[in-house]
Amino acid sequence: MQVTIKLFATFRNGRFKIEQRELPEETDVRTVVLSLGLTEAEIGIIMLNGRHGELDQKLKENDILSLFPLVGGG
Amino acid sequence: MEEAVTFLKDWSRDGLLPWSAQCAAVKRFGLTQAAAEALALENGLFPARYQRNRNMISTQEQLKLFRSKVAVIGCGGLGGYVIEELARLGVGHIVAIDPDIFEEHNLNRQILSTPATLGKAKVEAALDRVAEINPAVTVTPVKDAFCLVNGYELLAGVQVAVDALDSISYRLELAEICGTAGIPMVHGAIGGWYGHVATQMPGDTTVQNIYRHWVAGKGIEQQLGNPAFTPAVIASLEVAEACKILLGKGELLRDRKLSIDLLEMEVHEISYKKAGGIELVDAA
Repeated sequence: MQVTIKLFATFRNGRFKIEQRELPEETDVRTVVLSLGLTEAEIGIIMLNGRHGELDQKLKENDILSLFPLVGGG
Repeated sequence: MEEAVTFLKDWSRDGLLPWSAQCAAVKRFGLTQAAAEALALENGLFPARYQRNRNMISTQEQLKLFRSKVAVIGCGGLGGYVIEELARLGVGHIVAIDPDIFEEHNLNRQILSTPATLGKAKVEAALDRVAEINPAVTVTPVKDAFCLVNGYELLAGVQVAVDALDSISYRLELAEICGTAGIPMVHGAIGGWYGHVATQMPGDTTVQNIYRHWVAGKGIEQQLGNPAFTPAVIASLEVAEACKILLGKGELLRDRKLSIDLLEMEVHEISYKKAGGIELVDAA
């Protein structure tokens, strides 16, 4: 299945801003996160098709997944 | 007091009260700067120091700001700018909360820090700075860490709480206390080139949603640090929100978060819709 992945802020470093990926059916968000070399602890916001997503959510054909890092300084 | 009012009126020009006349009234009638400013505003006189606020903020609104009490939780990168701007805006009472003293690594961005204030309590520096820039503003310095134990007491009588904390766990405690105490909270966070702002009214859970994946530790700020400009940008947005809450005007960043990327100069708005879930509006 085709999935669009959008990365934000530091997640773009050495990766990409937006990329289309061919993934096996039933792939979940966590698998994508880990395949990008990211850890769960780094994840701030997961958006799936404009709605809040979860790490264990399964992706579907033409899904758009957006990942933002955690920001907490002051 | 009537005599003092007459004095202030006599020395005003076109409804503007010069600072020199306000100081003269303080001396002559034994008033505090705060009392003199209250007297002026209550009698329709606009202290001239705020004249560039005029037409944007009316005399009545300036009085409203003067009678407001805002808590700034954290007096570091964000908090320093927030306090500076609130004091210049004319917010009458600022509760400045921070347990720390200034250290050398603060000097690249924290506006209240100077080589001379190294080792000094951040809240003491806030008190001194506000006394210097706007003596009519009262600062209550609290050299303590904000938490669930002291939070309710520290926020008593406050109309807005501005989040300038550098810890996600303390932020979540602040959000919880603000929710229970019915206090609007302006949330801001920074890390490197990046930052975000959101406003949470009582009953909202935007801040809890923003950090719903958080388990422990810090965000990207731990690796990136923070430069001079990111806290100034995010703090200014926070103060604009606080000002609007106090005056009950404009459109708040409610149920949405503004994410700012200063490296790529991108702004993304993420909507936290009440009816379940959140929505990415324009993250192209």
